[in-house]
Amino acid sequence: METKISPRYTDMITRSLKRRHRKETCLRFFGLTSILFGLAFLVILLGNIANNGLSALLQTYVELEVTVPDSALLDAEGKVSEEVAFDTNWDGLVKKGLRAKFPDASGMRERRALDQLVSANAGFDFKTRILHNPELLNQPLTVWFKTSDEVDQYVKGNMNVSVDESQRRLSDQQLAWIDELAASGLLERRFNTSFFTQADSREPESAGILGAAMGSAMAILVMLVLTLPLAVMSAIYLEYFAKPGRVTDFIEVNINNLAAVPSIVFGLLGLAVFLNFFQMPRSAPLVGGMVLSLMTLPTIIIASRAAIRAVPSSIRDAALGLGASNMQAALDHVLPMAMPGVLTGTIIGVAQALGESAPLLMIGMVAFIVDVPTTVTDPATVMPVQIFIWSNSAERAFYEKASLAILFLVLFLIVMNLTAVLLRRHFERHH
Amino acid sequence: MRPRSLLRYYGQNAVIWTFIPAFFFLIVCAFLSSILLEQYFLGLIAEAYPDADTANRDLLFAQMENVALGVLSTEDGVLQSLATDYAEFGNTIQRARGWLVILLSLSLAGFAYLKAMPQFRARESVEKVLGGLFLSSATIAILITVAIVASLLLEALRFFDVYPLWDFLTGLHWSPNIAVHADQVGFSGSFGMIPVLGGTLLITLIAMAVSVPVGLLSAIYMSEFAHPKLRNFFKPTLEILAGIPTVVYGFFAALTAAPFFRSIGLSLGLDVSSESALAAGAVMGVMIIPFISSLSDDVIRAVPRSLRDAALGLGATRSEMVIKVLLPAAFPGLVGAFLLAISRAIGETMIVVMAVGTAANLTFNPLESVTTVTVQIVGLLTGDTVFDSPKTLSAFALGIMLFVMTLGLNVAALTLSRRIAEKYE
Repeated sequence: METKISPRYTDMITRSLKRRHRKETCLRFFGLTSILFGLAFLVILLGNIANNGLSALLQTYVELEVTVPDSALLDAEGKVSEEVAFDTNWDGLVKKGLRAKFPDASGMRERRALDQLVSANAGFDFKTRILHNPELLNQPLTVWFKTSDEVDQYVKGNMNVSVDESQRRLSDQQLAWIDELAASGLLERRFNTSFFTQADSREPESAGILGAAMGSAMAILVMLVLTLPLAVMSAIYLEYFAKPGRVTDFIEVNINNLAAVPSIVFGLLGLAVFLNFFQMPRSAPLVGGMVLSLMTLPTIIIASRAAIRAVPSSIRDAALGLGASNMQAALDHVLPMAMPGVLTGTIIGVAQALGESAPLLMIGMVAFIVDVPTTVTDPATVMPVQIFIWSNSAERAFYEKASLAILFLVLFLIVMNLTAVLLRRHFERHH
Repeated sequence: MRPRSLLRYYGQNAVIWTFIPAFFFLIVCAFLSSILLEQYFLGLIAEAYPDADTANRDLLFAQMENVALGVLSTEDGVLQSLATDYAEFGNTIQRARGWLVILLSLSLAGFAYLKAMPQFRARESVEKVLGGLFLSSATIAILITVAIVASLLLEALRFFDVYPLWDFLTGLHWSPNIAVHADQVGFSGSFGMIPVLGGTLLITLIAMAVSVPVGLLSAIYMSEFAHPKLRNFFKPTLEILAGIPTVVYGFFAALTAAPFFRSIGLSLGLDVSSESALAAGAVMGVMIIPFISSLSDDVIRAVPRSLRDAALGLGATRSEMVIKVLLPAAFPGLVGAFLLAISRAIGETMIVVMAVGTAANLTFNPLESVTTVTVQIVGLLTGDTVFDSPKTLSAFALGIMLFVMTLGLNVAALTLSRRIAEKYE
């Protein structure tokens, strides 16, 4: 015997089914849209930055003819002397070369406008070069000099020249000169090596990321040296030796909370304790690394604990069964197997620290520093803070530099994170 | 007689005795001797310059230190001779300290050597020390928390000495810059935190309005609808967003998003500030999306399979299952995830520092410029600041507010997620 459903109900169900399926499509659609929104933002963000930053790989140079007299470099006895070189007006030599191209430029104002076309550091760079190659003295040289950042931006098409002359950084006269130089093939875009070999500078065309990259590397090194042993020891303690109870609970609550404390609070701690109480040097990668290690310690502890917990308990039991002590089982058998997981957690912690800037602003790593740091107590800055400094500058050229620095930083971080993901997958398969 | 422990433990025991006590002795000595030296020379300075007050004496001391280091030269004969003494004293103490450490280390090494007899249980001894080391490194987490609370509280209390707590908590006016000139005209800066807090909440609200729907829907789609292959592509790609440094988001917010919102506003006839809360909040929202989606994903996965299967078995569509079964079951956990995200947004610094102004307007109009707690902390503490002025101290008062707020949110979130875990275990 079969139950009959009244046609009224089946009809209702059929009708409602359509509505229910529409709702289903709706939810699917919104879900997919959300994901695509996130992906679209990622593409726009990276695309926008790449679009603005890649041009900073090239720098405009101008070719000038210069002759360096003996007296610029040699002392009375005919020897190369740094002191004589120091007194020589190298900027003047470069400017002389430029004026030779435009003999019509007359009067103080016009000449100064012409001088502004080459980089303010061109003379200094030239001096360094001649000092290393004294055989170039006393002969006509054709040298490629860096142009100023304004010329560079104009040549790259980043300057809006349709606005009134007073609204832009280059005058009509200067534009005419640049066009003339370009027409006679004296302007050339070359690879911007100094971006990778120098530290910050007031002149965008000489500013580089080496100083910040070194600062970052030192800070991360200090952080690793401090954090890794501490994190591994705490993780072993919490997983193997801690007796369940109030103290252990309290430690765990503390670690979990520290992981969620805003990074800037660690900066305040560093300022109050390391700088003001212990009188450590401001802006030093040493202090920066210490602050970063406070910040990443909970992350790495949590990751290390997970890694230790993931080691099958049979390993420990076997070790204990064969007569190993608790400590031997932990250090000689479990820890080596947990090491890949610890490593993955460490990479994630390093990536987090490498991108962090807020706490470092608090301890003065935001200063303008022209020298590449050589020790951990030298004043320095780090990559993200360098990006912050450049993006606060008015010149369009610094905007370009900041974008390129971001590109390198983000690529590096993505590679690190991918390595962590791949490592984790690799070892998960092995277990 | 056979030794009671493996031979390497005797060696490890010797290493521990040789280096660890000497290391701690060195740290304590360095700390104590620098304090003693400073106190002694501050006394000498007080004798040599009877008119100087405490601040002046500190200044003279700093000058003397620099003269002794050779960074600074001085015309002042008294200071010069003090500096010479200081350098000499410092050198003597350093040398003495070095010899003491070496002596201690060697004598303890000798002690360990004598102890290394077959009947000595070296392993137990080494393991005891290691265990102590492990325990003390685990307690560092507690130490850090204590240090945070203590340092923030100490500085904040100094601030509340000159500025009443109640006015700080309820004042409607924030303009710390007046206080810079306090030395001349008497302290008149105004530190009412309500507008700063209001700005923080406004930006957090905008960020949550962007990230909660997008993050939650992505998580639902990925865990319930997406093909596993698609999921394996989407998930890591979305996580790239989480790995991008916040300074990059700030850069984008300040230099791309803000002008973009401004030009849209202009075309609609609206006056959008170039440092609008909207731009910073929206970009911050995008930053938090992966955070919310991965936390929600965890929560949704924690809901037992049986609930899903029961709903689907009764003929519910997938979307009905999600809305009527999954989400209600996961609700407390989801709220916990959102609280964590809010705490993240409140503490986020770089985006707002770069994209938002420092003027504290008490407004809830997202098109206007506001300021946040973190922006103020950075603004008050970067650049050349006199450390003891109320202006810089107020940053620590804001810092402790930030710490308390985020701590409260974290504890609440933890309690909620623990509750859901217990419910389904």
